[in-house]
Order: sequence, then C-alpha cells, then structure tokens
Amino acid sequence: MPDQVLFAMEVTLNGLMAGVLYALVALGFVLIFKASGIFNFAQGVMALFAAMTLVGIMEGQVPFSHLINATFGTDIHHFGWQVPALLAIVLTTGVMVVLAWCVQRFVMGHLVNQEPIILFMATIGLAYFLEGVSDLMWGSEIRTLDVGLPQGINETIDAFTYDLFGYGFFIDNLDIVASVIAALLVAGLVVFAQYTKQGRAMRAVADDHQAALSVGISLNFIWVLVWSIAGFVALVAGIMWGTKSGVQFSLSLIALKALPVLMLGGFTSIPGAIVGGLIIGVGEKLFEFLLGGLMGGATENWFAYVLALLFLLVRPQGLFGEKIIERV
Amino acid sequence: MFYREAGDFKTSYRADSQTFPIRFDRYRYYVVLAIAFLVVPFIINDYWANAILLPFLIYAIAAIGLNILVGYCGQLSLGTGGFMAMGAYACYKFMTAFPDLSMFINVILAGVVTAIVGMLFGLPSLRIKGFYLAVATLAAQFFLVWLFNRVPWFYNYSASGQINAPQRTMFGVEITGPLAPAWATYLFCLVFLTLSALIARNLTRGSVGRKWMAIRDMDIAAEIIGVNPLRAKLSAFAVSSFFVGISGALFFALYLGAVEVGEAFNIQKSFLILFMVIIGGLGSVFGSFAGAAFMVLLPVALKVVGVDLLGWPTDTVAHFQLVIVGALIIIFLIAEPHGLAQLWRLAKEKLRLWPFPY
Amino acid sequence: MTKKLTTLALGVMLAAGPAMADLVFPSLSYRTGPYAAGGIQFADGYADYLTLLNERDGGIGGEKIRMPECETAYNTEKGVECYESTKGEGALVYQPLSTGIAYQLIPKMNVDKIPMLTSGLGRTSSKNGDVFPYVFNFPANYWDGASVIVKHILDQEGGDLNGKKIALVHHNSAYGKEPIRTLEALSEKHGFDLTTIPVDHPGQEQKSQWLQVRRERPDYVILYGWGVMTPVAVQEAANIRFPMDKMIGIWWSGSENDVLSAGAAADGYKAVAFHNVGSDFPIYDDLKEYVYDAGKAAGNGDQHGTTIYSRGLYAAMLVAEAARTAQEMHDTKAINAQQMRDGMEALEITEERMTELGMPKFGPEFKVTCRNHGGEGYAAVTQWDAKAKQWTLITDFIQSDQDIVQPLIEEDSAAYAAENNIPSHCD
Repeated sequence: MPDQVLFAMEVTLNGLMAGVLYALVALGFVLIFKASGIFNFAQGVMALFAAMTLVGIMEGQVPFSHLINATFGTDIHHFGWQVPALLAIVLTTGVMVVLAWCVQRFVMGHLVNQEPIILFMATIGLAYFLEGVSDLMWGSEIRTLDVGLPQGINETIDAFTYDLFGYGFFIDNLDIVASVIAALLVAGLVVFAQYTKQGRAMRAVADDHQAALSVGISLNFIWVLVWSIAGFVALVAGIMWGTKSGVQFSLSLIALKALPVLMLGGFTSIPGAIVGGLIIGVGEKLFEFLLGGLMGGATENWFAYVLALLFLLVRPQGLFGEKIIERV
Repeated sequence: MFYREAGDFKTSYRADSQTFPIRFDRYRYYVVLAIAFLVVPFIINDYWANAILLPFLIYAIAAIGLNILVGYCGQLSLGTGGFMAMGAYACYKFMTAFPDLSMFINVILAGVVTAIVGMLFGLPSLRIKGFYLAVATLAAQFFLVWLFNRVPWFYNYSASGQINAPQRTMFGVEITGPLAPAWATYLFCLVFLTLSALIARNLTRGSVGRKWMAIRDMDIAAEIIGVNPLRAKLSAFAVSSFFVGISGALFFALYLGAVEVGEAFNIQKSFLILFMVIIGGLGSVFGSFAGAAFMVLLPVALKVVGVDLLGWPTDTVAHFQLVIVGALIIIFLIAEPHGLAQLWRLAKEKLRLWPFPY
Repeated sequence: MTKKLTTLALGVMLAAGPAMADLVFPSLSYRTGPYAAGGIQFADGYADYLTLLNERDGGIGGEKIRMPECETAYNTEKGVECYESTKGEGALVYQPLSTGIAYQLIPKMNVDKIPMLTSGLGRTSSKNGDVFPYVFNFPANYWDGASVIVKHILDQEGGDLNGKKIALVHHNSAYGKEPIRTLEALSEKHGFDLTTIPVDHPGQEQKSQWLQVRRERPDYVILYGWGVMTPVAVQEAANIRFPMDKMIGIWWSGSENDVLSAGAAADGYKAVAFHNVGSDFPIYDDLKEYVYDAGKAAGNGDQHGTTIYSRGLYAAMLVAEAARTAQEMHDTKAINAQQMRDGMEALEITEERMTELGMPKFGPEFKVTCRNHGGEGYAAVTQWDAKAKQWTLITDFIQSDQDIVQPLIEEDSAAYAAENNIPSHCD
C-alpha cells in the first residue's frame, strides 16, 4: 500500500482514540443537560477539581494549607501519608458527590424554572468559584498524576501492523485504556439507566419534569444523582487528561474540545456524544493530515467547530438530538 | 419625593416619545454627560485612564453590541472575541494602508468590515438556534483568531505576528501610540461610547428593535405576523458586530497599543463580554454599562482591598478573586436573574414613590 | 452612571499613594492562570534575592529595596493595570516575564523613561539600544537561543548538517514564531531541512503534530513550548520513541515542570539556558541563613534550586548589579529610573563579580553598551536526569552565530525605527 494511505489509516485510528477522550468530556455535559436542561459550563473545571483533589489525596496534602499557614503562621503542607490510587479515587468520588449536593442545594435549587441562559450563566459562576477553590485548596503548581495507567506506544499493534504493511502504526497505550474505560463507563450508564429504579427515575425526569414529579419522583434527589455521575465522569476524564499532561489549570480548557462534539452529537444523546466524539476526532486529525500542511497547520481548534457547524446546517438538532418541534 | 413625574406634562408626541420621558431622569443624564465630557478629562491621570476608564468605555461598547444580539434579538453568541479581533485587525490594516485617514474614519470602517463578517457568520442562525447557535458562533471565534495568527498579510509580515498601533493624531493631538495623553484617548472612546449608546437606544425602541424582540420572544410567531427573520436576524448580527468591531479597534489602537491575537482576543474575551451583558441585564442599554463597570471594577477593587489594604499574598488574592467573582455571579442570579439593570429599575420605581409608597 | 462617580472618588483616594525613597523593583508576577507553574518559580526567585539583599546588606548601597508585587495572570490587560499602578511609586525597572506584556510596554517605556529588562524573552530586536534605549534583553534572546541550539546540534553531528532534517515544534504565538526567521537563515547556511510544526494554545492535544514528526523522521526536534504544551510534547515525543537527547527546548521549555510528569521517559531531554541551574552555589548558604530559615521565603518556599527559580535569582542579580552601577555612576544612593537606565547600559558582569556574589559561573560574562543591549548571546545546554530529578549543564556557555543573528536584529529594529520615526539614541 502506498505510504500516504498507511499514514492516513494511522491518523484515522489515532483520531478515533482522541475522539473517545473528547466523548468522555462531552458525556458529562450530556448527562446534566438531559436531566435538568442545564448547559453545565463548569464541566471542564470539575474535571480539573477532581484531578487536583485526587492528586492531593494521594499525596496526603493538607487542603487549604496556604490559607491556614497565612492566617495562623503555621507551616504545614502534608499529612505525611500516601494514599493508594484506588482508595484515593473512591475518596475523590465521595468529594464529587458532596460537591454535587452542594451545587444542587445552594445554586441550582434556587434557580429552578429559570430560563436556560440564566442556568448557563450560573454554571459559569460555578466554574469561576470552583477554579478559585481548587487553587486555594491545593495550590496552582503543576502536579504529576500517576495512578498506574500504562503510557507509550503499544508494541503489539506496532509489531502486528509492521508485519502486515511494513509500517508500524503508533497507538498510545493510554488511549487504548481510555477507550476501554469509556466503553465500560457508557455500558455501565446504560445498564444503570435501563435496569435500576434510580436509572428509570432519571430517565423519567429527563423525559418530563412535571410528569416525573407527579408520580412521586424526587427531582432534588435525581438532580444530585445526575450531578454526582457527571462529577464521576469528570473525575475519569481528569485522570485521563491529567496523566497525559500533568494536573494544572489548562486541564479545565478541555471543555472547549467537547463543545463541537456536543453540537454534532446533540445535547441530549449519550450515543450522540460517543459518535460525535469519534467523528470530530477523526475529522480534525484527517483534515490536519491532508490539508493542514497547506494551510500552515494548527487547524484542529477551529476545524472541529466548522465541521460541527456544517453538520448542524443539515440537521439543526445534531446527529441524535431530539427533533425540535416548534409550535406557536 | 424629588423624583416623580407629577406635573411633568407632555404636549406633543415628540416630547412623549423622547428617550428619557421623566424630567429628573433627563437632567440626571445631562449632568452625567457633562461631568464625563467636561470634568473628567481635566482630572484624569494615566492610571485612571488605562486601568479603569478606557477598559470600561471600550467594554461598554462591546457589551452594547452583544446586548443587541443576545438581549434584544435572542441570538446567543460566543464569537465576540473573534469579532473584536476582526475590528482590531481591520483598523490596523486601514491605519497602515492609509496613514492620512482620520482615526475616526478608521474606527468606523473597522466597524463596517466587522459588520459584514458578522453577517456572514450570522447566516447559520437562520437554521440553528439556542445553545447550538452559541457553540456554532465559537467557530467564528476560533477561525478568525487562527486566520489572523496564520496569514502574515494581516500583521504586515512582522517577525513575531504582533501588531503595533502606529502614531496617529487628531486635531493635532496624539490619540494613539505611547505619547497620547490620557484625556485624549479617554475623550475619543467616550465619543464613540456616547454615539453607540444613542444609536443602540434609538434602534432598539424603533421598528427594527421591535422586530428583533419579536424574533427573540418567539421567532415562528414573529414570522407569522410578518417579520422577516432573515432580515431581522442578519440586521441584528450586523449592528451587533459593528459595535463589537468598533470596540475591538479601540481596544487595540487606543487601549493596548500592541496586540497578539491569540492572547488578547481569545475565547475568554467572548465569555467576559457575555458575563457583562448577563450581569448587567439582557435587553437593556443601561445594563451594558452596569455590567461593563462591574466586571472592570470588581477585580481592581478586590485587588486594592486584598493586596494594598489587607496585605495578603497576591496569589491568594487572585484565587479569592475567582471565588468571589464566581460567588457573586451566582448570588446575583439567584437574587435577581435579570441583572443590575433590573435592580436599577426597581430602585427607580421605589424612588419614584418614596417616601409615600402607597 | 452613578457608579462611575463613586469609583472616581475611590480612585482619587488610591492615586494619592505615598512616594517613598526606597529602590522600587516592581514584580509583575503570575501565580495563577495557564502559565502559573513557571510564573511562581520566577517570582519566588526574584523576591528571595531581593529579600536577601535587604536582610544581609541592608539593600543596595545601603538603600532598602521595596518590591511591590502585582498579579497579571499572564494577561496583557492586567499587565497594563499593574504597570500603571506601580509606575507612580518610583519604579526603577520592570521585568514582565511575558512577551505579550513586554510588547505592550516597549513604546510606553520611552515616554515614561523607565527601563525594562526582558532576559530571554520579549522583542528580540530590542537588543539594538540605538532604537530601543529603554529596553534591555541581556544576556541572550530567542534568536540566540535558536542559534545556540543549532550550534549544539552541529557539535553533535561533527560539524556537518547537510541533508539533515530539523523540525521546530512551536507554540503558535508571537513567542513561538520568533525563531522561525533565524532558523530559516541558519538552514540556508548549514544546509539542513527545516519543518515548522505549530501547536495552538493551550496544546493539550498534540497527537497530529507528533504523528507528523513520526512520519517525517526529523533528526532533531527543536521545541519552543510554554505552559502545558511542553510536558505534553515531551510525553508525546517519548511515546513515539523519539530519542530524547535529540530533542532540544528553548529555556522556557526546560524546567522541572515540563519533564516531571513524563517520568523516566523524559530522561536525556535537553534545553538551553542562559544561566546555571541547581542549588550548588555559595549564595544558597546565605539565602538559607537570611531568607529561608528566617521564614521570609516568598511563596511556598518549595521551589528553591529549580530552573526558573534560578532564572528569577539571576534576573534579580542583574538588576541589583545595574542599580549598584548606577549608584556609582551618579554618585547617589537614591537613584531614579533614568539613572537606573544608565546603570543598565553600563553594566558589566564578570566572572570575578559573580564569584563575589556567591554565584560563580552562574551566567555568561557580558558587557552592555549603548548599541548592544543584549549581551554577547551566550547560552549553555542543560540536560534532564530523570533519576536524580535534576537539570545539569552539559556544555560551557556557547556563543550564538552573530553573523546570522546580528543582521536580522539590525533589519528588524531598523524597520521599527522607520515605522515609528525613532531618532538614533547613541549618536
């Protein structure tokens, strides 16, 4: 096979993997939007906050140590213990649940029935708040996150494709792990939504708030639940991206990567987030490979949006979004 | 007591439909204008101009522009940063290509170019709505920034890709470049802001504005009663981008003087201006002023209190600033979802009847 | 509208700050935002050195130093605010540590008559003091950095680069695009192929770029990254098994932050630096005695000895020496910004002086003149040892290819002078 075709195949495969990572972030948006109609801008910062908390717990760091030291003149930084990764993940999940409860209790609970743009704005406020809190809690230095995920080129695929085509494909082990985890996560969510009582309640709320309320489902509880799940998804996304680049402020910017995915897949569809992620991942990587050189490179940021825009012109509700029916 | 309409009779339609129908309101407005034009220029210094007043004036123009689109026409846009960049680069190209052209015309032309580009990016709004449209306008944001970073023609092939505002004078006084005195840049921006506010105010209460609001409230219903959505939406995009383009040009030429597109006009700028519009109050010209003042002053005030008065480390203050800004946004939304403009309206209502509310 | 009035009242109160006779060195730092990791280290180093001078020597020449700190978050608008709010306090010199803010301030410096030092950043052609009398960028600039990297590669390859391929992976901003012109000139001179691969801010996702590197198999990769872009680039390079010792970063891509997250895979990665690194210098004894143990360390006090912390120390040392020079020149202790500028223009850093200061071989020797505000363009190559978790200098200070760099500086500064009608300062 000619080199260009092989390269394109390699790029496509990598695009698929990148797409899974985008989808992971987009998933958090979809969950909350579906259940409460809130476009949660804070999703990216939640990933940052989760990853920071995870590292902090693992290293046994004292939260708010700056503040404590500044006020009381003490000099404490660490508890002096190390927490194993798995336990730390469980603890961080706990923190995210508490966060979800707080968000519902102190913010969203007061804003029920407001217009979508007001809710959107509130999540932006939340994003600021959370960013400040996570900086105050854990400091703004760059942190290394290592929960034992493998990284680097996958030898098996490299060797296999080398035998097959005479050119070894590069696939990152971390990406493979991320895909598997994302697949498990989605499968888990589907099972949860289809076969458990809470899951069914969640779907009922997503379908119609009033009707759900009238059959005795607690909206409050469901919303806390949804925010908790979104928090957990943010944690998973935070771990994946944090392992790649270290945990620091820029982690919150991954939300921007998820927006075109959302547009493409539709705001209300979990399969849409996955398929949209894959399309965006492959599309932007292939475009960069084929035309990026001609256009001077670094096209990925805008191409994802333009691709999604073109898609929307054909289907204004996204790939899998609910059909918009308008009545006067 | 001192603020009421009793005895304030109108004898003509003209008088009845003026911008500030209540006499006290009108006089207050004249006083503010007089102070802004006649007093402030004499007491202004570099710090006040560059740290607070210029950003306030320029952001207020941008907020008025975005408010027309979001608040009056209901089209959520996150491309403001990109359109500001368009204005800045258009202004730069005009400034360098026609050195003798008056700066005033340069800025207007930059606005016109941005309006055309804005209309182009507004086309999808005919099919895409709500948050989908918001994300779609991000395409404009990212594409424009990439374009200005990528194509050397826009930055006149300079080595680093930065653009620097050359020196230009008006009536013999420098208004761009490092030698420009604070009062001159301030007055120049103030003139633009006053004109923008006047135009915006009169557009929004005329037939154009009513069409926009009809589209905002329900576009299908509006179409049925005879509002052409194509013209209404595109005109909103054009007018909005015109103001945003002007603010971008001023932001570059008068305020910063040197700009790197990826840093000065990134996505954060789009969000910042959207915050101003929402915090200030959607669909209100006064709200744009209030929102811009709030977002410009709050960080400075917090810094002054935290660092200068309390003596805290700057990083802790910066972190607290995020927490406080975030918390304030949330508290505002919970207390008054319709922004500062609504608070102002309520205050006015109360004042009108005070001290005999019933 | 009424808001405007109240703020006005507030501002009048603020503007009337006291004018003190101290030596004022404002620090426009960034301890938050996307580039906080580097900003914290620099700010700590800068502050600790000045604190040491105050505690040990009672300031410079007996005059106390005051360092108002102002947070910019690497944002040009906040930078302007910081500049305007500190310049009235009698600021002697600015070191913004941000190319964007530096560009902003360059024209203002001429008007306000305050010097600015942009070591290893900012506008490269400001080396030409004839056009930029108030801007200094000693001891080295971006173009020097690119040239020194190529010189090091030449050394590695035995002096011949014909037919070799070098890729520049750069941050897609003013900063990242700086070296392209120099590298193009160098590629003509030495006959290597140059590919430029831009990465957009923030640079979290660089798969495409590194797949391209993998396909094109360049012999060397030059990295101009900043912020999160660098650790991701190092990680991706390790993933595609690009040999780490053939990847060389500029000084802003060569700190601990950039390599720690890649772990052992980053071992052998190189970067240039215009100053020495590590905490193995006599000055650290003094720092420990007077600053750290006295509880006066800036920030968390956990950055001592890191690369960018060393850069902060070095930057503070340079301006302190310049202030001393100015004091001697003008025979006054309380110098003003104008005199500070003269001191910077007459600055001479010798090995002898650095040893005296407890910083032997900490940086190159150089002498500033009216026409040369940028030193001789010396930089050294450092290499990362992942096991010991430290950077070490592996070469002496190498001089950049002045035949290439100097004409480019002349050309660019001449264009600037023509565009802005700047008269010659030195004649």
